[in-house]
Amino acid sequence: MQDRNHLARVSTTHQVNIIENGLIDIPMLQILKPDGSLHEQAVEPDISEQTARKIYDTMEYTRVLDERMIGAQRQGRISFYLASTGEEAAVVASAAALSDQDMIMSQYREQGALAYRGYTTQQFMNQMFSNEKDPNKGRQMPIHYGDKELNFMTISSPLGTQIPQASGYAYGQKMAGKDAITICYFGEGAASEGDFHAGLNMAAVLHCPVIFFCRNNGYAISTPAEEQFAGDGIASRGLGYGVKTIRVDGNDPLAVFAATQHARKLALDEKCPVLIEAMTYRLAAHSTSDDPTGYRSRDEEDKWRAKDPILRMAKWMKQKGWFDEEANKKLIESSRQAVLSALKEAEKVAINPIEDIVNDVYSEVPWHLQEQLENLKSHIRLYPQMYPKTSGRVK
Amino acid sequence: MAKMNLLQAINSALITAMEQDKRVMVFGEDVGHFGGVFRATSNLQQKFGRDRCFNTPLTEQGIIGFANGLASQGSVPVAEIQFGDYIFPAFDQIVNETAKFRYRSGGQFSCGTLTIRTPYGGGIAGGHYHSQSPEAFFAHIPGMKIVIPRNPYQAKGLLLASIRDDNPVLFMEPKRLYRASVSDVPEDDYELPLGKADIVEEGSDITLVGWGAQIEVLQKAAEMALEDGVSCEIIDLRSILPWDAEAVVDSVRKTGRLLVNHEAPQTGGFASEIAATVQEKCFLYLEAPIARVCGLDTPYPLAHEKEYMPDQYKTYEAIKRTMNY
Repeated sequence: MQDRNHLARVSTTHQVNIIENGLIDIPMLQILKPDGSLHEQAVEPDISEQTARKIYDTMEYTRVLDERMIGAQRQGRISFYLASTGEEAAVVASAAALSDQDMIMSQYREQGALAYRGYTTQQFMNQMFSNEKDPNKGRQMPIHYGDKELNFMTISSPLGTQIPQASGYAYGQKMAGKDAITICYFGEGAASEGDFHAGLNMAAVLHCPVIFFCRNNGYAISTPAEEQFAGDGIASRGLGYGVKTIRVDGNDPLAVFAATQHARKLALDEKCPVLIEAMTYRLAAHSTSDDPTGYRSRDEEDKWRAKDPILRMAKWMKQKGWFDEEANKKLIESSRQAVLSALKEAEKVAINPIEDIVNDVYSEVPWHLQEQLENLKSHIRLYPQMYPKTSGRVK
Repeated sequence: MAKMNLLQAINSALITAMEQDKRVMVFGEDVGHFGGVFRATSNLQQKFGRDRCFNTPLTEQGIIGFANGLASQGSVPVAEIQFGDYIFPAFDQIVNETAKFRYRSGGQFSCGTLTIRTPYGGGIAGGHYHSQSPEAFFAHIPGMKIVIPRNPYQAKGLLLASIRDDNPVLFMEPKRLYRASVSDVPEDDYELPLGKADIVEEGSDITLVGWGAQIEVLQKAAEMALEDGVSCEIIDLRSILPWDAEAVVDSVRKTGRLLVNHEAPQTGGFASEIAATVQEKCFLYLEAPIARVCGLDTPYPLAHEKEYMPDQYKTYEAIKRTMNY
């Protein structure tokens, strides 16, 4: 019988031997150069023109959506928004390497993955306007999307909570014999939460087919990465937990695609977790409630603007003869129009009837919530003008 | 005196505390250079250096565990949890450690110097993860104090008292009042007593008890009731634990009626504790059942926020029901 004690695998030394950060080198996978050509020795991933176009178009769409929704927030039409500008390749190219059956557990900056799966502009708008067509029934803030049919778990605000959940979901997929894995997105800030450590450890020990995808984007609200972790980023933590690990240039869509393809195959074939650390940069503010001019320089942002992942992919596609400038312009314009008209449409839809304040708290409405609802309805009947969004439907 | 909003008053209290005692340290997510997401810690890092005002990694259990160690060593940590809703990853550290350090070590060690600051409450369209009022969870833990100010003047005086109190204090800030208004706040050092209620308005017919941002709601409801000739006595509890039962009991013995208002769900809310105590101590004085006007026993909603809130209209109606019982 194989010795299961880890001491049997530990080598020995007879001098004090400090293992320092820096001795472990975790290189970053790059395939595309900024000019759109391939690095020497880099292998182009197996990617069809159709998939490449879909990745590109989704990245452009996400950027349009972000621009328009930040505008809508500034006009007071929605209360809150989070943009993914600069991180489109990390999110969209990784989602493109998955099967539609794979579960996506996202943090909150992964609208690109949801768009890639086919979430419609109208669906985005209904969620953001908290109207009665929002699948969350108007209970969560804008950007907390979720769609069971698209295998996209509903987003929760507290950071890192989805990480151990992803391990559990993946374990369930394995036990059910499903040909599917779970991918779990989070930022390098969330990797400081206890849930990250618990989740990776559980996944490694219980052999869960899950990809932990860290968008290392440099900032957790205003806190720069150097005040978030010491040592070699998030990748080295994967090794510490016994999780296979890949570090990738998050602004290189081909590298992200290739890394995620490999990770998915590993997770599925070997029933194991894989950590991907995508090195990127949050060009946008953390959210519409944040102002990055208070904590970082324009210069720093400009350096990263030059590494725009969308631009890099466009250059590569031009070299392949897969890019039509005119068609692209039209696509962007039609996305803008689509977002605007969906936004106007969503604004017109009413909020949920008041009964939904007590629904879904439990599987059925218990007596005390029923009583509280009846009291609330009587009160609204007494003061209909004070609760204009619901009183019209309280008879 | 200076005109300050609630955030500026907190900032002023922190500056006063840090100037007066070198052991005071302020930390949490984004509190360093940026000054916190609400800017309560603005300029502290510039004034006192990165060793005494700093960003932490994004880990609430880490922040409070670290603060517990720091406090037990004799420093005076003021730890910020960015939103009250995010205090729960630190729940174990607070419930099992912060609150019990002194007791379990026979008084050898304690976290008495620790103050945990956190914004709480709704009314800002924040949905359930940015609106909760978790005071009742912590009121169930012996060993720490819970303090909630209702205006800038209280915020500075109560925060200074909390920082200097010899017990760990959870200091909950009503975030919808952060920038709502300004009032006169002394620039000098001053403290307000912990555990003592404030009689906001005297009255003779019914006692209204609340805390934090809900005091404004009670005042508006009292104005509506006054038009009907009902005189309301309004008590701001200021401290949830220990709470000023004497002030409430004295008032109810005078008025014969009690209404308690809070934003947190009704079941197991702190209003239940107040109601139980008052019926024990004032049974023969009560002329009507004790009324509770609280949040619903549901998660805090987004689209239905207005309907969920224990607002002045619901409070006014409850006053009428109590008066006409």
